[in-house]
Amino acid sequence: MHLKYESQLREPLVYGDKTYHQVTEDIVRPIEAKPTKLWYVGFFIAVALLMFGVYSVYREVTYGIGQWNLNKTIGWGWDITNFVWWVGIGHAGTLISAILLLFRQGWRTGVNRAAEAMTIFAVMCAGQFPIFHMGRVWMAFFVLPYPNTRGPLWTNFNSPLLWDVFAISTYFTVSLLFWYSGLLPDFATIRDRAKTKLRKYLYGVAAFGWTGSTKHWQRHESLSLVLAGLSTPLVLSVHTIVSFDFATSVIPGWHTTIFPPYFVAGAVFSGFAMVQSLMLILRKVFGMEDYITLGHIEAMNKVIVLTGSIVGCAYLTELFMGWYSQNKYEGYTFWYSRANLFSPYGWSYWGMMACNVISPQIFWFRKMRRNLFVTFFMSVIVNIGMWFERFVIIVTSLYRDYLPSSWSVYYSPTPWEMGFYLGTFGLFFTCFFLFAKYFPVIAVAEIKYVLKTSGESFKDGMDNIEEKGSEEFAHEYAH
Amino acid sequence: MAFGQKFKLINMAKKTFVVGCFDDEEVLFPAVKKTRLAGYKIHDIYTPFPVHGLDHAMGLRETSLHTAGFIYALCGTSTALGSISWILTKDWPLNFGGKPHFALPAWIPITFELTVLFSAVGMVLSFCYLCQMAPFVKKHHFHERATDDLFVMVIETTGKTNIDELKGFLSNNGAKEVNVQVAEPGWWLGRYDKDQELIREQVEVA
Repeated sequence: MHLKYESQLREPLVYGDKTYHQVTEDIVRPIEAKPTKLWYVGFFIAVALLMFGVYSVYREVTYGIGQWNLNKTIGWGWDITNFVWWVGIGHAGTLISAILLLFRQGWRTGVNRAAEAMTIFAVMCAGQFPIFHMGRVWMAFFVLPYPNTRGPLWTNFNSPLLWDVFAISTYFTVSLLFWYSGLLPDFATIRDRAKTKLRKYLYGVAAFGWTGSTKHWQRHESLSLVLAGLSTPLVLSVHTIVSFDFATSVIPGWHTTIFPPYFVAGAVFSGFAMVQSLMLILRKVFGMEDYITLGHIEAMNKVIVLTGSIVGCAYLTELFMGWYSQNKYEGYTFWYSRANLFSPYGWSYWGMMACNVISPQIFWFRKMRRNLFVTFFMSVIVNIGMWFERFVIIVTSLYRDYLPSSWSVYYSPTPWEMGFYLGTFGLFFTCFFLFAKYFPVIAVAEIKYVLKTSGESFKDGMDNIEEKGSEEFAHEYAH
Repeated sequence: MAFGQKFKLINMAKKTFVVGCFDDEEVLFPAVKKTRLAGYKIHDIYTPFPVHGLDHAMGLRETSLHTAGFIYALCGTSTALGSISWILTKDWPLNFGGKPHFALPAWIPITFELTVLFSAVGMVLSFCYLCQMAPFVKKHHFHERATDDLFVMVIETTGKTNIDELKGFLSNNGAKEVNVQVAEPGWWLGRYDKDQELIREQVEVA
């Protein structure tokens, strides 16, 4: 007897002959085991990168923005490129956890926890760039509107940069709440099976006294659904507002109305690529192949080819408009500064085209979508391509603007500028390693919820249901 | 038990519960129905994951949490619009490129963000309040596998309940494990790594 029916045609979401207890065992075991050597090696590399980043930031704070190669013409360089790149990475986590929840996509259960964690860490990394770009970082709180003794002099609520402050901080807070509320039942699971006192204590604190009461589950479901409903427009708004930073200006190449959808698609594109990179490693290291299946990877590759093609469409639209508008400055930016391979930054435009538009087309083939090596390779390529995209947008629009007398010399970053970027990788992976070791990387309760409809061993039981008419089934199983 | 000695735990009222543990939600559903028909009072059912329809089967009402979320959202909208319009038109009107002081379209992004923020934060706090959840809150757990693979139905007894009959009733309806527990159904401040004997005697309130 089954309470819910799912077609045999769908691939199982959980492989193997699993019971509820087996699911708990599989996912919680790595948390209870001692960290492996590989974990220590990875963790220390991440911490080392983080330390290098801290030192780079220290230099920037002590000596000023002159530690970076920014100048009057190129006022935004690697820092804002990295900011947009990291924010974009974050978007896939919310897409998986919120939008796919609203669309009732069962496969999200295998990957949502880690993807949401990725979102939170990516937004943490992203936030560093605009904050330290301020120069006098100790004045960062000036961006907050609070009654002060300077008038009070308020912030400019009409400025996209202030919208960004609100968007990013709201996005971080809501993602964190969504993630943590989902973690509560799983922390309780770890707490209740903990053998050591310390673990019982720590997970006991973290689980907030969760019991699994039906009423609590009912509220939890309502909470998750509403948070998903809130996060969906939120995630679209965040990258829309990030794109407003550019689109509301009068710089050729930035002043375009397609920026919001184009940025959101690009964000989802790069975010899914990052999820793929992380998931492929995670499932291998923790032996989670039964939960993060080839079906999951294929589904994500489908999203990658879709969003990659949307982004490609946007690139071509921009080129077309550069010509069709007959605006000299637009034309110069798109056809000389960008699309001309032999212009100073032409290499970055064609790098972007190759990585984001041409190479993901390989995912039209099912065999390639299900190939782990191709997927991993492509996930790295896409992330490089999306970094290039932001670099192209920022630097090629800035380095030659309206006044040839202020055209910039060739911009390349200093080691400290690069060190800051590497440092955020350190921050990201330090957090991710800690997450992977101490948090349930797959949502235990959610897997149990889909187990009997989408588990491999349970799907066979659907045969006799499929023989029945739908009326009969509905009558018998409705409650 | 330092905590209990410092405070008089007047609210701590122990009750006797009969606990039936099921290992399959499909056995649980008919059992819930029969238990209610037999007139027993189900204190709660603890499950490792949300079992859809169980709240209806138990006769729980729908939660109003989403309504609260909507109200919080409205608070966020009005906070944003109210404060921005006051700041930019009354308190310190600044001229931004000759644009109107009351520049509503430019305020939409922040208004939207605060709407979402208020709603999300408010709902999570309400959720924690309604479920009485917070760090360092401890509750009695009727079975530690209720967060793993058991569906634990807890039935509250009164002085008139025939406990043996109830135990038999539960096992006949598919419970794999049946026991009787005297427990405090509320919460207290405590730690999961420490056993605390909260209920030693009932405090008589005159």
